[in-house]
Amino acid sequence: MIYLQLFLTYLKIGLFGFGGGYAMLSFIQDEIVVKHQWISVNDFTDIVAVSQMTPGPIGINTATYVGYTVTGSVWGSVVATTAICIPSLVLVLLISYFYEKFRNNKTIASIFSGIRTVVVGLIAAAAISLITPETFIDYYSWIFFIVSFVLVRVLKLNPILLIIIAGGAGWLLYG
Amino acid sequence: MNIYLDVFLTFSKIGAFTLGGGYAMLPLIEREVVDNKHWLQKEEFLDVIAVAQSLPGVMAVNTSIFIGYRLKGVLGSIVSLLATVLPSFVIILLIAMFFTHFKDNAVVAAIFKGIRPAVVALIAVPVFTTAKSAGITWKTVVIPIIAAILISFLGVSPIWIVLVAGLGGLIYGKFTGNTKQAEE
Repeated sequence: MIYLQLFLTYLKIGLFGFGGGYAMLSFIQDEIVVKHQWISVNDFTDIVAVSQMTPGPIGINTATYVGYTVTGSVWGSVVATTAICIPSLVLVLLISYFYEKFRNNKTIASIFSGIRTVVVGLIAAAAISLITPETFIDYYSWIFFIVSFVLVRVLKLNPILLIIIAGGAGWLLYG
Repeated sequence: MNIYLDVFLTFSKIGAFTLGGGYAMLPLIEREVVDNKHWLQKEEFLDVIAVAQSLPGVMAVNTSIFIGYRLKGVLGSIVSLLATVLPSFVIILLIAMFFTHFKDNAVVAAIFKGIRPAVVALIAVPVFTTAKSAGITWKTVVIPIIAAILISFLGVSPIWIVLVAGLGGLIYGKFTGNTKQAEE
């Protein structure tokens, strides 16, 4: 039954995960960490770090990773990754078919403009939800957070470099 | 070359060589699909991106399905979808299989203690950049703030937030009769 649950959960994430990448994380976290408790918040944060350093979209990476961890089998990865792609496939095919109508439809445009205003909130929620006693273990964590934020926001540091630097600093400090 | 094979190779190259996902993948997709292969005109590509972005799901996946369909119908879209997903699927599967063995290693544990707060910062940065591109103003900023509070502190599912926001947009659109889609 775990496979069915995994399938339905990722189908839901694929269908409601608006705003791409980071915005999608709040859906994934809500389903995987909060509701089903399939993985811990630490594991979730680690997957995000790993997917920053490996090719491909975050949504796919987490599906593959969680699918394997939850079932201990490659089939778990196949089921979760397939499920997250199905809504995309169906929707894109439908829209390609009705392309012109879709583009100029005022009702659909209004719905999307409404959703666009909350996407920022979804991304913020993903960040806030990851600030827990497990991920922020001491006040050094807050220094890591603030310095990282400034490096990326102000100095436009590459995310991969940031993860390497933060990992190195973590090793020096906690190792 | 067989067109299906060509589509498969092109999209697996895109899937295998784009770090960071999402928006980071777009320039590479454009270079391959518009400049190298001439499968789409630049304007067509921008149209595809605009729709792929507004749909739910993984944006790179949406984009590749769109392009695959334009080229070779349903079969083309399935080929491009598989090709985009396969490289990261294989890499993450290998990591998932082996990472669990390293996780309890003291050095790895220390490294990840440093990485976790940095990851939260990585997610916090696009909050501000996306706010700008989503056209959030001082008047509308309260909407994403309420959404974030509802999800993070009151345990409301993001699904409800999206449904209510879509409905809100619909009602607002009906009231004002505005056509905000021209913004993009």
